[in-house]
Amino acid sequence: MKPGTVSTALKSGAIWGFIILELIFFSVMGEFMAISDSGFLDWDNMLLLLKQSAPIGIIAMGMTLVMVNGNIDLSVGATFAIAAIVLLDSMTWPIFAGLGDWVIPVAWVLALSVGTLLGALNGLIVWKTGVDAFIVTLGAMLGYRGIVFMFNGEQPTSHLNWTLVDFAEAEVLGLATATWFLLAATGVIWFIMTKTVHGRNAYAIGDNRAAAVNAGIRVGPHMMINFAIIGFLAGLSAVVFYSESGSVNPNDGQLYELWVITAVVLGGTKITGGAGSVIGTFGGVIAIQLLRKGLGHIGADTSTVNLVIGLILVVVLILDRQLNMKGKEELKV
Amino acid sequence: MTDKKPVLRLENIVKTFPGVRALDGVSFSVMPGEVHALMGENGAGKSTLMKVLGGIHQPDSGTIFMGDNPVVMAGPLEAKAKGIVFIHQELSLAEELSVAENIYLGELPTKSLGRVDWAKLADQTNAILKKLNVGFDANTRVGDLSIANQQMVEIARALTVDAKAVIFDEPTASLTDSEKVVLFDVIADLQETDVGIIYISHRMEEIFKITNRITVLRDGQYQGTVETADSTEESVTQMMIGRTLDLSRTTSDHALGDMALEVRGLSCGKLYQDVSFEVRRGEVLGFYGLVGAGRTEIAETLFGLRTPSAGQILLDGKEVHITSPSDAIARGISLVPEDRKGQGLILGMNCRDNMTLPQIDALKSGPFVAEKAESKIFDTYFKQLDIRTPSWKQQVGNLSGGNQQKIVIGKWLSMHPKVLIVDEPTRGIDVGSKSEIHKLLRALASKGYAVIVISSEMPEVLHVSDRIVSMYSGRVMRTFTSEEVTEDTLIQAISGIPAKQVPDAGGVAGSDRATPVPLHS
Repeated sequence: MKPGTVSTALKSGAIWGFIILELIFFSVMGEFMAISDSGFLDWDNMLLLLKQSAPIGIIAMGMTLVMVNGNIDLSVGATFAIAAIVLLDSMTWPIFAGLGDWVIPVAWVLALSVGTLLGALNGLIVWKTGVDAFIVTLGAMLGYRGIVFMFNGEQPTSHLNWTLVDFAEAEVLGLATATWFLLAATGVIWFIMTKTVHGRNAYAIGDNRAAAVNAGIRVGPHMMINFAIIGFLAGLSAVVFYSESGSVNPNDGQLYELWVITAVVLGGTKITGGAGSVIGTFGGVIAIQLLRKGLGHIGADTSTVNLVIGLILVVVLILDRQLNMKGKEELKV
Repeated sequence: MTDKKPVLRLENIVKTFPGVRALDGVSFSVMPGEVHALMGENGAGKSTLMKVLGGIHQPDSGTIFMGDNPVVMAGPLEAKAKGIVFIHQELSLAEELSVAENIYLGELPTKSLGRVDWAKLADQTNAILKKLNVGFDANTRVGDLSIANQQMVEIARALTVDAKAVIFDEPTASLTDSEKVVLFDVIADLQETDVGIIYISHRMEEIFKITNRITVLRDGQYQGTVETADSTEESVTQMMIGRTLDLSRTTSDHALGDMALEVRGLSCGKLYQDVSFEVRRGEVLGFYGLVGAGRTEIAETLFGLRTPSAGQILLDGKEVHITSPSDAIARGISLVPEDRKGQGLILGMNCRDNMTLPQIDALKSGPFVAEKAESKIFDTYFKQLDIRTPSWKQQVGNLSGGNQQKIVIGKWLSMHPKVLIVDEPTRGIDVGSKSEIHKLLRALASKGYAVIVISSEMPEVLHVSDRIVSMYSGRVMRTFTSEEVTEDTLIQAISGIPAKQVPDAGGVAGSDRATPVPLHS
């Protein structure tokens, strides 16, 4: 066996092992502590879990791409809220009054465009000014959230379109609409990252920016495209979620960026860039959702959930570091 | 020296890692006041041996003796407490802190209430600095010092503990010639104090200048220890690789082609001024000069990383303005950068993807990477350059320096450039791979490439170049042909001594010539 194989296998498979552990733990604990009668491993429960993973999961796919590229986007939660407002509010605009239900695709396109544009704006600033993405998107997070509050103050923005709700609540082949969108986003981003030139270059830039420049890669456009993609996905996440709920609070989407980053990091993406995969991120998203649901299942409240996830994130990073160092020592002979 | 006992003795050290026997019964000893060179190709086991000595790795078997007593180095702190001190190739200093704080980091003298005793700290530090005879004081910020002086701070730190053995790991890697002289003086002073010194370096001239004995490792095995005075570079090289490194002068064996690149009066701010030279197809043009003479900056300008403030660049006789690396690559100019790991390779990526990185955009079908075409390219240059890797899937970070360099060279060759610029082609590469790279550069010229080689190693420049441009402080001093150049005239040129004082072409340098003083700041 080649040196380093164990740690590599452990690392790539770790998130799935963790998910299995969670399933076993919550099933067993659920027997004694559950507040409801249904079993945790119940098929319907698992399908619901997939559906509930969608809002965070869809954005996490974009975050994987952005983080592999060596950047980060803290503004996704605020972008999510803006796209949600555009989606719901635009359906009530008088100019679209004559469209009937055709207002739905129009509202979708508007929401997705706004998300894409806000993401692209972040990317453009990072590209043209050279300011660190962390700072740029931290500013954007505050700024975009400000726009949300400017729009309607503390009031929620609501609009229910029953055709839209029917679509959002539909099930195809047993999977909810939101789940299909999550799977589609995962598949498309996987394809971009592994099969396209853009994806290959994104990895190269994240691993070693100077070397990528020296290979003739134009770094800026690639970064901007990735920010536009994550903006689009934040918009898509809002479209999927608010088509069903029909009402957005100005605080919605807050802390989404942290949940998303947690899922991506749990899934094995390197914080400094250059390594990571959407398959791992998918695992990370499921693991977090399982934990939230599972702890709820055995009667823990939200604050406990946050505490546990925080602890797990830190432990995972410590383990990852240990495994990495071990791999290096074995190889460096 | 025979009447003394070794300060440090390692006996039959064995260390295995999964799948590899990194050290196979290595023995090694250092006498007090001795400089003992440890040599071997990359991967020969030098680092592992030193890690065993430093307590980072535990040996599977074998014993370390200090004086007459067997000792166990349980960890780095214990090794340090026993007087084993490392001066690493990569310095580990806190740039924002003062020299004194760095030297006594973790052991700052204190007064009541835990306050730092600054006066005492400065006194202690200045006493040590005086011994080293350096030109800065205890309160200087470390970040303001040159690399050489930062190294002195590391050495000063070593002197604060009761050092029994000091290990220098490639200490001259980033030093200029004049800075080396200072370092060697310090090492000589250290010898006086009966400390044992282990000196790890690839550079033969240094080894023969300052060491007493040489121990050679190969593939984790002990090859023997020889008295430096009784050995030659050839004999030591042979011990290291089982063959000799050919550094004879090159004579061009093929006709030169058309003019590929012409540079006229090129300037870039204060970095270099009024630089002119030309390269023909089939020619290797060497650039030689001290670090900071402007050689790398010229290469970076030709590659579009810097914008010139004046002058012309002509490619195939036509003036061009190179705006970015992608522009340079499109025009057929390629750069193998000086810092291979930092600027040349994506270490986390596999061999094939690294090699094809600049052209995946050209190879693509639709938005997709053309993996088959990539593999074909890799296979071609894998064979042609004799790259040793188990498969294309291997991460480049796991290859040896020589094979990494071949990947970078292959990356550009596969794009058939007009001009190939190679900055420090063999930095950090072991002797065996060095000669392979040299042969490769010559072979490229004979195939009709225009090659520019920048090097700080004179034997290398002399060995591979058809003509040599000598630079001093941002200016071209003189361009030599390989027939007329001598080591003396070349050293004079890069030390800033004007060409008219240099004996004419082909002339043997006069022995009455004053020793050149490198004036590098």
